[in-house]
Amino acid sequence: MSIQIKQISKQFGDFQALKPLNLTINEGELVGLLGPSGSGKTTLLRIIAGLETADQGQILFSGKDVTQLHVRDRKVGFVFQHYALFRHMTVAENVAFGLDVLPKQQRPSKASIKQQVAELLDKVQLSHLASRYPAQLSGGQKQRIALARALAMQPRMLLLDEPFGALDAKVRKELRRWLRNLHDELGFTSVFVTHDQEEALEVSDRVVVMSQGQIEQEATPQDLYQQPASRFVYDFLGGVNVFEGEVCSTAGHSNNRLQQGKAWVAFPDGHKPQAGQLYLRSHELSLSNQPSATAHLPLTIKAVSLIGAEVRVELEPLDWQSPDLWEVVISHSHYNNWQPQRGDTCFAQPQAGQLFTKNKENQPLALNWTKEHLLIKTA
Amino acid sequence: MTPANQLSKSFTYKSLISKSFKVTGRQVLPGFALSLGISLLFISLVLLLPLSGLLIQTAGMSWADYWAVVTDPRVMASYQVTLLMALGASLLNGLVGLLVAWVLVRYTFPGKRLIDALVDLPFALPTAVAGITLATLFSASGWYGQGLAKLGIQVAYTPLGILIAMLFTSLPFVVRNVQPVMEDLNSGDEEAALSLSAKDWTVFRRVIFPAIWPALVMGVVLSFIRSLGEFGAVIFIAGNMPYLSEVTSLMIFVRLQEFDYAAASAIASVILMASLLLLFAVNVWQTRYLKRLKGN
Repeated sequence: MSIQIKQISKQFGDFQALKPLNLTINEGELVGLLGPSGSGKTTLLRIIAGLETADQGQILFSGKDVTQLHVRDRKVGFVFQHYALFRHMTVAENVAFGLDVLPKQQRPSKASIKQQVAELLDKVQLSHLASRYPAQLSGGQKQRIALARALAMQPRMLLLDEPFGALDAKVRKELRRWLRNLHDELGFTSVFVTHDQEEALEVSDRVVVMSQGQIEQEATPQDLYQQPASRFVYDFLGGVNVFEGEVCSTAGHSNNRLQQGKAWVAFPDGHKPQAGQLYLRSHELSLSNQPSATAHLPLTIKAVSLIGAEVRVELEPLDWQSPDLWEVVISHSHYNNWQPQRGDTCFAQPQAGQLFTKNKENQPLALNWTKEHLLIKTA
Repeated sequence: MTPANQLSKSFTYKSLISKSFKVTGRQVLPGFALSLGISLLFISLVLLLPLSGLLIQTAGMSWADYWAVVTDPRVMASYQVTLLMALGASLLNGLVGLLVAWVLVRYTFPGKRLIDALVDLPFALPTAVAGITLATLFSASGWYGQGLAKLGIQVAYTPLGILIAMLFTSLPFVVRNVQPVMEDLNSGDEEAALSLSAKDWTVFRRVIFPAIWPALVMGVVLSFIRSLGEFGAVIFIAGNMPYLSEVTSLMIFVRLQEFDYAAASAIASVILMASLLLLFAVNVWQTRYLKRLKGN
C-alpha cells in the first residue's frame, strides 16, 4: 500500500509541529523518519495512522483519500515506543486482541484464532511465552509481542514509533535486523520513526530527515551519507568537524586557501576558492606530526579513547576557533605507531569534505584532497 | 480527622501496592526504628486497644447469651435492612462514582476543580448535619420530597431514606479510589486498541475497565463497609421503625441506652467481624490481581 502525504500541516497551540509538507512512500518500501525530538516525525507518523488529525492537507493510501478515516478503519499496524501491551492479558490474549474484537461476521472461529496466534508467536520466536503476562517479559520480548499483535490484523502497512528507543544497544541491533528481515519477508509498507541516525541508515530503504516540522532531505542511506543536502543533515548524521574561514588576498598569503588566522586549508585544484564553513567527517581526516602542503590545522590532543575497531581522538584547535571540539578517528595500527598523548600537538589533513558557502545555503561544494595528497607524496 | 477520613487514608488502592516494608541497605534518612515504633504505638492505642476492649466485653457473655443477643429477631431485621441498603448504596455508588471519576479525569470544563473538591464533602461534613439536611430535603414538604411524593415515592422515614443517606456518605470512597488509577492509565493502551480496530465500547470494556477494576472493587467494598456502620446520617432520615427501618448501628445505640454494654458490644462485634472479613478478602484478591499486572 503506498502512502501519499499532500500539504499536511499540524499546530499544537502556538507550536507549529508540522509545516505543510509532501511525501510519497511507495508500496513495499521501508522508510525511516529521522530527526531530533520536536522535529515533527512522530506527529507525522501519528497523522498517517489516524491517531492525530492534520489541520490541513490530505493523506492517500494507494490513491484513496483516508484523511477523514478514523484510526480503527485505516487498518494500519501501529507499534508504540513503550509497547502499550495490555497488562491484564496474557501474551496470547494480547496477540489475539485484534482478531477477538472483529465484528461477529468477520471474526474467525476460536480454533482459527488460536492457530493464527500460535503462528504469529512462532514468527516472533516467542511461542514459549504464550501464557505469560507482559510484566514478566523483557523489553525486547515486549516489543516483539507488540509487533505480533499488530501483524495479527494482516495490515498492509506497519507504522513504528521509535520501536527500539527504550531498549539497550545490543537488543536494538538484534531487533532492527529482525525487523528488516520481517519486512522483506512479508512485503508490507513500513514507516518507522527514530532519532538514531545509525538505525535509520542501517534499516531503511529511504530516509526522510526532518527538522522543525519540515523535511530536510529524503534520500537512500547512501545518497544521504554521500550528499547531505544541508548543514543540518550533515550535522545530524554526526561526527562532523567544522572549519570556518575566509579567502585572504593579503600579501604573504596564498589566495588559494580557506584561512582562519594562521590555520588554513588549500583548495584542491580546479575549485574556485570561496569563503565558508568546511564540514569534515571524523573518518575523513588523518593526523600527523607535520603540517602538509595542502593544510595547516594545528590541534591539541584533549583525549584519546580506544573504542572497538577504532581509536577516537578528541582535539582542540590551537590558535584558531571552532564551535565544537574536533574528533578524528584513526586506526589501531596508526595509534600504535604514533602513540599520541594528551597535550601533544598534531596537524589534521582532510581527505574529503563539504564546503557550505555563505551565499549558496543549500548546495555544498564537495572537496577532495586524496588525489593531491598522493601527488605530493609521490613527488 | 473524621473516622471516615482515616479509613480512606489507610486503605487507598495505592497503599496496597507497596505494602510490604523492608529496610534494604542503608536508607537516606535515618529513624526507621523510631518512626515504626511511633506508628505501631499509635495504631495500637487508637485502633487495636478499643477493638480488644470490645471483644473483652463480649467475652464475659456465655455463647448462649451471645447467640441470643445477636440473633434477636429485631436485630436480625436490622441486619437485613442494613445489608440490603448498604449493598444497594455501594453498588449505585460504584456506578455513579465511576462516572464522576471518569468525568473528572477525562474532561476539562469550567468548575471542574470545584466539583473535584465537592466530592470530599461527605468526609468533611459532620454526618449528623448530612442526616438532618437529607431528612429535610426528602420529607413530604422538602424540595425533593414534594416532587417524589407526587410520583408516590416516599423516601424519608423508609428504608429508601437509609439508602440515600448511605449513598451520600460513601460516594468519595469510590471516586477517590478510582480517580488516581484512571489518571495513571497509559493513553497508548487505548490507542493500541483503537489501531487494532476495536470499537469505543470494546476499548472501555476490555482495556480500560480491567485496569481500573481492582480500584473500583476496593472503592465499592469500602463504601459498603462504611455504610454498614453509618449512624449519624442514617438515623435522622430512617424513621427507625422496629423490624422495618432500624439499622444495626442503631441497635447498638439502643442497647447502650438500656445500659446493656455486653449486648451492645456483641452486636458491634458482628459488624466488626463482617467488615474485617470483607476487607481482608478484598485485600487478598486485589493483591493477587495486581501481582499479575505488575509482575512478581
